Amino acid sequence: MEPVILFAPLAGAVLSGFFHRLVGERLATLISTGLLFLAALLSWIVFLTFDGTTEYIRLFRFVDSGDLIADWSIRLDRLTAIMLVVVTTISSLVHMYSLGYMHADPNWKEHESYKPRFFAYLSFFTFAMLALVTSDNLLQLFFGWEGVGVASYLLIGFYYRKDSANEAAIKAFIVNRIGDFGLALGIFALFYLTGSVILDDIFAAAPRLANTDLEFLWLQVNAAELTAILLFVGACGKSAQLFLHTWLPDAMEGPTPVSALIHAATMVTAGVFLVCRMSPLFEFAPTALTIVAVLGAATAFFAATIGLVQNDIKRVIAYSTCSQLGYMFAAAGVGVYQVAMFHLFTHAFFKAMLFLGAGSVIHAMHHDQDMRNYGGLRKKIPWTFAAMVIGTLAITGVGIPLTHFGFAGFLSKDAIIESAFAAGSESGSTIFWLLVVSALMTSFYSWRLIFLTFYGSPRGDADTHAHAHESPLSMLVPLAVLALGSCLAGMVWYDEFFGSRVEEFFTTSVYVASGNHVLHDAHYVPRLVKAAPFIAMVTGLAFAWLFYIANPRIPERLAATHRPLYLFLLNKWYFDEAYDFLFVRSAKWLGRFLWTKGDGKVIDGLIDGIAFRAVPGLTALGRRFQSGYLYHYAFVMVIGVASVLVVIAIVAGGA
Amino acid sequence: MDIILSIVTFTPLLAAAIMGLFLRGEDPAAVRNVKLLALVATTATFLISLFVLFSFDSTVAGFQFVEQRFWLPGLQYKLGVDGISILFVILTTFLMPITILACWNVETRVKEFMIAFLVLETLMIGVFCSLDLVLFYFFFEAGLIPMFLIIGIWGGKRRLYATFKFFLYTLLGSILMLIAMIVLWQLAGTSDIVKLLEFRVPSETISVLGMQVRGGLQTIMWLAFFASFAVKLPMWPVHTWLPDAHVEAPTGGSVILAAILLKMGGYGFLRFNLPMFPIGSDILAPLVMWLSVIAIIYTSLVAMMQEDMKKLIAYSSVAHMGFVTIGIFTATRQGIDGAIFQMLSHGLISGALFLIVGVVYDRVHRRDIAFYGGLVVRMPRYAMVFMFFTLANVGLPGTSGFVGEFLTLVAAFQYNSWVAAGAATGVILSAAYALWLFRRVVYGDLVKRAIKQIGDLSRREKLVFAPLLVMTLLLGVYPSLVTDIVGTSVQQLVDQVNLHAFSALDVQNYDSLAAHDTE
Repeated sequence: MEPVILFAPLAGAVLSGFFHRLVGERLATLISTGLLFLAALLSWIVFLTFDGTTEYIRLFRFVDSGDLIADWSIRLDRLTAIMLVVVTTISSLVHMYSLGYMHADPNWKEHESYKPRFFAYLSFFTFAMLALVTSDNLLQLFFGWEGVGVASYLLIGFYYRKDSANEAAIKAFIVNRIGDFGLALGIFALFYLTGSVILDDIFAAAPRLANTDLEFLWLQVNAAELTAILLFVGACGKSAQLFLHTWLPDAMEGPTPVSALIHAATMVTAGVFLVCRMSPLFEFAPTALTIVAVLGAATAFFAATIGLVQNDIKRVIAYSTCSQLGYMFAAAGVGVYQVAMFHLFTHAFFKAMLFLGAGSVIHAMHHDQDMRNYGGLRKKIPWTFAAMVIGTLAITGVGIPLTHFGFAGFLSKDAIIESAFAAGSESGSTIFWLLVVSALMTSFYSWRLIFLTFYGSPRGDADTHAHAHESPLSMLVPLAVLALGSCLAGMVWYDEFFGSRVEEFFTTSVYVASGNHVLHDAHYVPRLVKAAPFIAMVTGLAFAWLFYIANPRIPERLAATHRPLYLFLLNKWYFDEAYDFLFVRSAKWLGRFLWTKGDGKVIDGLIDGIAFRAVPGLTALGRRFQSGYLYHYAFVMVIGVASVLVVIAIVAGGA
Repeated sequence: MDIILSIVTFTPLLAAAIMGLFLRGEDPAAVRNVKLLALVATTATFLISLFVLFSFDSTVAGFQFVEQRFWLPGLQYKLGVDGISILFVILTTFLMPITILACWNVETRVKEFMIAFLVLETLMIGVFCSLDLVLFYFFFEAGLIPMFLIIGIWGGKRRLYATFKFFLYTLLGSILMLIAMIVLWQLAGTSDIVKLLEFRVPSETISVLGMQVRGGLQTIMWLAFFASFAVKLPMWPVHTWLPDAHVEAPTGGSVILAAILLKMGGYGFLRFNLPMFPIGSDILAPLVMWLSVIAIIYTSLVAMMQEDMKKLIAYSSVAHMGFVTIGIFTATRQGIDGAIFQMLSHGLISGALFLIVGVVYDRVHRRDIAFYGGLVVRMPRYAMVFMFFTLANVGLPGTSGFVGEFLTLVAAFQYNSWVAAGAATGVILSAAYALWLFRRVVYGDLVKRAIKQIGDLSRREKLVFAPLLVMTLLLGVYPSLVTDIVGTSVQQLVDQVNLHAFSALDVQNYDSLAAHDTE
């Protein structure tokens, strides 16, 4: 059954990508959608019947070089089962939604075939993501990791005529590669230390790593801490955490279903999954865990501040995603991996829905994404409106305080905030406050989005507003299913992820050190702490109502009076500008310098000198050396330095 | 069947002789016959070499299919392959028919062109099969001649400059290697490579010009061989002949140059430097490591700024060869497995990339990146092939480009984390230059007048790319196909080298850790 789940999307991708001429476009896209639904159905069966014992299925050989052995295989435990359900469910719904959304896309000319390509990429993404979550070794995991990155690159750049889409696609790939650089070094280090890339071997060696020191670059560091931090660098890239987050907002250049599937619900959560998957290692790396928690909370806060002022509907949700991922890392960082997975699980439903809802709005508004041109749309597109409100209720965490009754985000987000408080340490309380304030901002920007889009009077092009229309059924049905998930996912699985059944649910898939009682303590925090996220939520809602319904002049006035702060947030803390200056331009400058000066003048300068001038006569050679031709001397110097190095290498040790 | 390697080696030469002696005329039918003969001969060579591959026993570390004939006293003809060399033979025979097919549209002096390629094939196979020093040197150096001719006759505008530069660079290295070979021959009293592999070159510290040379003769001879192979590979800073040679070479020449001729450098390191001078290798490994790391970062940055497609790919080749040299001189199983894998994979991928440039060059005779843009609109299949090999070049897991880089980096980390971290930055930079190239040539809207009517891949061109694509994917998904064949020989090489040198590295990981244990 599991191999079918894994390979059904691949079959769909191959069919759509290479054989759509044979079966016809329509049928190819329908079949790949159908295969995804099959995978989703089987995943739910696996999820609901899984008994907690890890299963292994070996498919065939992969890399085999000395001690380095890794197979293509499936490792099924609770973490995998959760991810299977999340990935295939969202993916199948997004496939279905795309049947409607991608129909007659105005970005393409009449005769151009683009749908099969789109579905092939989507299905290929799903396959790579499944390969990632089912892996039993770090090599296959890396395959999935980079595979989803490529799918993301291809889909962000799907509208290949647009320069902005192309730039965004390259940016996403390269920033992710920076993360992958860390992940790869982590894998190299783990192999060096344990002699294996198989997860179980590494888990078994983790306690030993905690007592091992390692020389890394100029540092003498603890092996467990080092490897955990390197893996986390990879997680930061994929999950768009602070400093490596810049690609995610730009990734919104891709078609909206892509944003929902890849850049909200599944791929970007791979980093969280990685940390949870490697919990047996992270539990022995307290410093690394603190870094994870602090950086997660900082990202939650930072991304929320930017979300407050963005005008592009998709960018607001993108920063929201970035922020919510920060919550998940904060949870993992304080040691409650189960709660991180809980939020990953619920977030997938409501965030995918918010994106698909936004897609429906954009569809209605003829691909205008600027919220300043929206307004009063609730009557035009009532179903979309209802779905978006449910999504907002879920993400802002609406529920009845001190009970377990509420929308999905209410249960999972509150669990994170309570855990952060329960973690107790100094960083724990900083994290707690960052997360509470972020919850306030989350509520503000989420309701801002609703109010700007659906309330007030129509702004922008009157003609567009006149033709605004509700989306077809193929787009509304996925919204309905996700709405159901956003309402219920938290309540139904509360006990399994956070409540009384946590241990029997997760069994061995997550390792919790014997001294780690955060999950238990989180249930016994003061009532005020439990109520804090609710209070934050209501406050954010009240402000949003005040700013965008009661008195719409306030935001303008605030922006005018606090202009530097407003610009700072609107321009996303100027990260892009700083990176462009620091890395992009300097790399280009260096490349040109090395090319023209290094290769051109220094190295070739000498060769040409010898070849075309010096060889014919020694007199010419003499003249050359008196000519003061700087670069030739420079090359002689390079050779000289190299020779000296050689001599030192030979003579060193005085042997 | 004990002459099968001779058959593989000399079939192309035989075809070239037939072509030279019996095929005459310039009419279309005659030209067609020339091309067909070349295609048939190279394909036959490939099929025969497959027979060698399938009867190769990969559980044995030593040489197989050995042929030995004595000539004059002291001179012998000896061929044989082991796990390290056999796949280079296969790579050569596999790529030749593809290259011939890709050059189907050559118009000037077709017969001479095909003869040059056939002769070149014989010489290249000879390099990988030779088990005698003199024979190796002959094949190694003679192979340059047809390549000079290919660039010099069928090349671009600055072909003479490029040829001359190529010649000059290789000359210096060759002289030093020749001297070292003569010394080696004198010392061991034999030119038989099998015997030389058992021979232990003295490594006592000696004094040269008042300097105490650690590793003695081993170090000095290592450097002499290194000079030749480093130019060939090429390594930084003796790489600048390569971009020029590539730019001026015709498509077929570029393919063979990148895919096979460069690999002779890496093969030389594996056959001579590492096993014959293990102590020299140990002493000078740091030099190789740092030159390689510099090569990877430096040439990747330079590649990013190139305006000519072929130059960009040439610089990318230099960066990829950096991984090879790192892998080899870690003297570990993963390092050498990875280095061999990287060379084979680079043969497929860089060959394909030069063919990709050739496709559009054939149509509009331009190589500058800025001339293109938006090709995907008219050439969707071309775009797909280009994208695939771009991703393979970037080292995407699931393609062959990944395995070699990964294995060599794993080994580099065991050697020194600086080297691993430095080389791994190349993985980021390669994404930058490769994707940026693709974006500028293929993506965007098609607005340039001169390419508005450009046509997609022809059936012949699809046939050229199909085998490369299949192999790149297959080796990426199932790399054991390669590592199973090379494994035994590599393990023996590693064991022997570590027996004589690299003492710090031959400890198992667990043991080395125990020393650090703070418990």
